[in-house]
Amino acid sequence: MAIDAPIRESILAAIPSLRAFAISLCGNVDRADDLVQETMLRALANIDSFQPGTNMPAWLFTILRNHFRSEYRKRRREVEDVDGRYTEGLKSQPEQQGHIDLREFREGLMQLPEDQREALILVGASGFSYEETAHICGCAVGTIKSRVNRARTRLATILSIENIGEFGPDTQTRAVLARGGE
Amino acid sequence: MKDRKPESEPSMTEAAVPAPKGPSAKLGRDIQAKIGQQLRTMYDEVVKQGVPDRFTELLNQLGTADQKGKR
Repeated sequence: MAIDAPIRESILAAIPSLRAFAISLCGNVDRADDLVQETMLRALANIDSFQPGTNMPAWLFTILRNHFRSEYRKRRREVEDVDGRYTEGLKSQPEQQGHIDLREFREGLMQLPEDQREALILVGASGFSYEETAHICGCAVGTIKSRVNRARTRLATILSIENIGEFGPDTQTRAVLARGGE
Repeated sequence: MKDRKPESEPSMTEAAVPAPKGPSAKLGRDIQAKIGQQLRTMYDEVVKQGVPDRFTELLNQLGTADQKGKR
C-alpha cells in the first residue's frame, strides 16, 4: 500500500483529534490508541475508497466509530470497567487549573448512552458540523441534533446532582486548587 | 408583597420545545456553556499531546515496507 505524502500528512493531522474521540468513546487510553492504530490500518488498506479532496478527518472518524461499535459489542464488559483507568492514562498531564471537576465531567460523560455521547463529542469538541456528524454516525441530521440536545440535558442533570452532593468535601479541593494559583 | 403580579407564569410559548423533565429544567445557559467548555477542555487535553511516536513510526514502517517491496 503506497502512502502518498498528502495522504500521510492528512492522516497524521487527524490523529490527535482521533485519539481524543477514541478516548472519550471507550474511556481507556490504551484501548483508544489501539483503536486509532486499527483505524489507521483499515484506512490505509481501503485508501482507494477515499476520494482525494474530500474530508479525511470525517472519513477516519467514520472508520474509527464503526470499528469501535463492532468491538464494543464484543467487549461490553471490559468497557464498563472504565472509571479509574480513564484518568490513569492521562495523569501525566499537568493539572488543569480552573477545571477542577474535569474528572467528574468525564465520569458523567461516560454515563451517557453511547449514541448521545458520540454526537455530543463530535459536534461539541471535534468541531464537526451536524451534517458531518450525521454522516459519520450514519443517521439523519435531525437525529444528531436531538441526540446532542438530550446529551446536554442529561449531562447537566448528572453534573448538577453530583455537584450538589459534593459541596461539602469539595470545598477542600477548591481551596487547595485556589492556592495552587500562587 | 402581594403586589407582585403573577405576571408571567412561565408561559408555554415555546411549546414546540418539549420542556426537559426534572431538575434539568432549571439548568440554564451557564451550565450549557460549562458543559461545552469542559467538553473541549477534556478533548483538547488529549489533542495537545500531538501524535504519539507509535503512530508516526507505524506510518513510517508501512511506507518503508512499501518502498522496499517496490524496489
